[in-house]
Amino acid sequence: MFAYGGKILRVNLSNDKISIEPLPEKLVSDYIGGRGFSARILYDELKTGIDPLGAENKIVVASGPLSGLFVPGAGKLTFASKSPATNSYGDSNIGGHLASEIKYAGYDVIIIEGISDKPVYLYINNDKIEIRDAGKYCGKGAITTEEMLKRDLGKEFEIAVIGPAGENKVKFACISHDFGRQAGRTGIGAVMGAKNLKAIAVRGTLSLKVADPDKLLEIGKKAFADCIKHPAWKLWLDQGTASVTNWSNQQGSFPTRNFQSGFFEDYQKISGDVMLKETIVNNKACFGCPMACGKYARTRRNNKEYYVEGPEYETAAMIGGDCAIGNIHDLTYANYICDELGIDTISGGSVAAFAMECYEKGIIDKKDTGGVELKFGDIRAFEHIMNLISRREGIGNLLADGVKVAAEKLGKGSARFAMHVKGLEISGYESRRAPAMLLSYMTCDIGAHHNRAWAITHDIAVGRDVFAGKSKRVIELQHIRPIFDMLGTCRLQWVELELSLDYYPQLINVTTGRNYTMDELLHSSERVWNLNRLFLIREHKDNFGRHFDYPPARVYENGVQTGPTAGSKVKKEDIDKLLDEYYQMRGWDKNGRPTPEKLKELGL
Amino acid sequence: MYLDVDATKCTGCRVCLTICSLYHFKEINPKKAALTIDATFPKPGKYEPRVCNQCGICASVCPVEAISLPARPQPDQAVLAGDARSGGKEGAYIIDSEKCNGCGECVRECPTQVMFLHEDSSVPIKCDLCKECIPVCAPGVLFIKDENK
Ligand code: SF4
Ligand code: SF4
Repeated sequence: MFAYGGKILRVNLSNDKISIEPLPEKLVSDYIGGRGFSARILYDELKTGIDPLGAENKIVVASGPLSGLFVPGAGKLTFASKSPATNSYGDSNIGGHLASEIKYAGYDVIIIEGISDKPVYLYINNDKIEIRDAGKYCGKGAITTEEMLKRDLGKEFEIAVIGPAGENKVKFACISHDFGRQAGRTGIGAVMGAKNLKAIAVRGTLSLKVADPDKLLEIGKKAFADCIKHPAWKLWLDQGTASVTNWSNQQGSFPTRNFQSGFFEDYQKISGDVMLKETIVNNKACFGCPMACGKYARTRRNNKEYYVEGPEYETAAMIGGDCAIGNIHDLTYANYICDELGIDTISGGSVAAFAMECYEKGIIDKKDTGGVELKFGDIRAFEHIMNLISRREGIGNLLADGVKVAAEKLGKGSARFAMHVKGLEISGYESRRAPAMLLSYMTCDIGAHHNRAWAITHDIAVGRDVFAGKSKRVIELQHIRPIFDMLGTCRLQWVELELSLDYYPQLINVTTGRNYTMDELLHSSERVWNLNRLFLIREHKDNFGRHFDYPPARVYENGVQTGPTAGSKVKKEDIDKLLDEYYQMRGWDKNGRPTPEKLKELGL
Repeated sequence: MYLDVDATKCTGCRVCLTICSLYHFKEINPKKAALTIDATFPKPGKYEPRVCNQCGICASVCPVEAISLPARPQPDQAVLAGDARSGGKEGAYIIDSEKCNGCGECVRECPTQVMFLHEDSSVPIKCDLCKECIPVCAPGVLFIKDENK
């Protein structure tokens, strides 16, 4: 099979069974790869109602047909599972060099099943597959473990690893790789931890064959040249996503103090410009990337040096703004803490910010925090709470389940400012004055995540107070952007360097020898979107309804406190109007269920 | 004339490795490329490309004299293992795959460790100065150094 590895590797940790299956043709033609594969496989293979942290859950690791090829940004991999945060389909995308290495080892997909009775790691060296003892890595930080495994196995191994937070099943534990890349969202690190799987180490030496190598060489060179000559390229190389921090504050869309505000008064102290001067030591790219958004940084604290990749924009927003950490060295250190513990900085930041607001409002006090003043802006308080969470100690045990569950247990109105949708914490855009962005968070298939439809620029372009018509662009984006996750490439070359979308059908056709049009890719992406909706509905049956798509009460109860969007909030009826229009455009009923006609059209 | 690097700019993207294998072998495999990237993480967090500087030590140690600096480059001469394309660019030591007996002496003796053996062939992989990697290296790490100029 051209471009693909052609194989699925299935590993059952309960009985140590390892099997290799051919990649089914129907899966390839209908779902392309990456999150398309994981969505279909999990929908088919998981029983309804299973415990995400139990033996019946599975983790699907899926590359795409373009992963590992000579294509800009060809280094993206999907981790997917039933999410412990949302109790539905969850996935998270990771860059670095793992997707490519899995392909060079001959596989497209790895499916991990069961639970090991002792800590293990999965060793993959081409066709040599072993489940190995991980005793010596237990309890070690994610960065430390990756370093140890590279020392033990050899530098050419690419490694995915969880930290203590994953081992302790923190519901927003991430999977880390390449000293700074994470599959952060939806808590799949906790699923790995529940399976007693500390790491996956991969080495591959096989070649990927493509249908037309000469054409790939020609088109690939053009695509790289287009990226490099774009005027924004230099800024991305220098600052990466941190270049967005200034802009986001100017737009009043920077989550601040648990989304009490959309503007952080100290933003200029944590921006990309400051990083360039103070912390960045190197630019770091994922496999095949011409823009290298990874900013490898160094900070000093108590006479010790700490190295970490970041903070990227989301970390700046969710820890910098949302926890009010307004100093680049503190923020870099906070990033290091989360990376080493194996905590998603988005949800982790949101959870800490939620706890800080609870403390501010007297819902929790010093007795709960172990004597620490849990104040916004205090790096020591942040570190303390992250340590408690990663060990599930004291209040950390409550917070380790995420803001939704924590608020249900704490009560006292805290659910009104528990900033999540469907159990997944909202990522780094304040959207009370950005209806398309708000709708995108409300309807994102894995819970409130920005990457499926980064629609805030659309709000700014067509009017931030306009509600009608916003669904169209949101749906368009929700179909275009996941295509990158299906192909196994990064979307930022398209989003930020305006690499033409026309390249993608061309690239997939010359590499796979198939014949897709952009419309067919979009159709396939819509199929995946609806399939994930069916997963959610299947899990919740009669309880399911449009309330699953509602944002937290803060969005319609509290106005933004300061900055360019001060005073903005959204009326409840406008939220329903957004949903009415969205459901109708999607071919879903009033309760947000896909109609039989829609499903038929999509072949579901 | 040889390929040189400004290592401080390298982002570890490995695009150079993919194009090297695609151009020479018509397939994609960074382990079938004539250069490599060392990475030292988490500390100090640097990438170090290793490339051939055409020093010619490989030619001097080859027991069957399979490696040479052709006086007049032959564009179609096979210099690399497998389905190799290109070859014989000015200044490049190249391997005659007919003569090579696969002993691996050059691989062992290469001072920069940039001659590579892959299980697909017994003939080592060596930089032939095709220059394909240079324009696709976005940060501009790779360039041609010509000591005569
Ligand atoms: S833009 Fe960033 S995330 Fe995307 S491939 Fe490049 S380095 Fe990776
Ligand atoms: S293409 Fe350039 S930046 Fe990328 S790994 Fe090669 S030398 Fe480094």
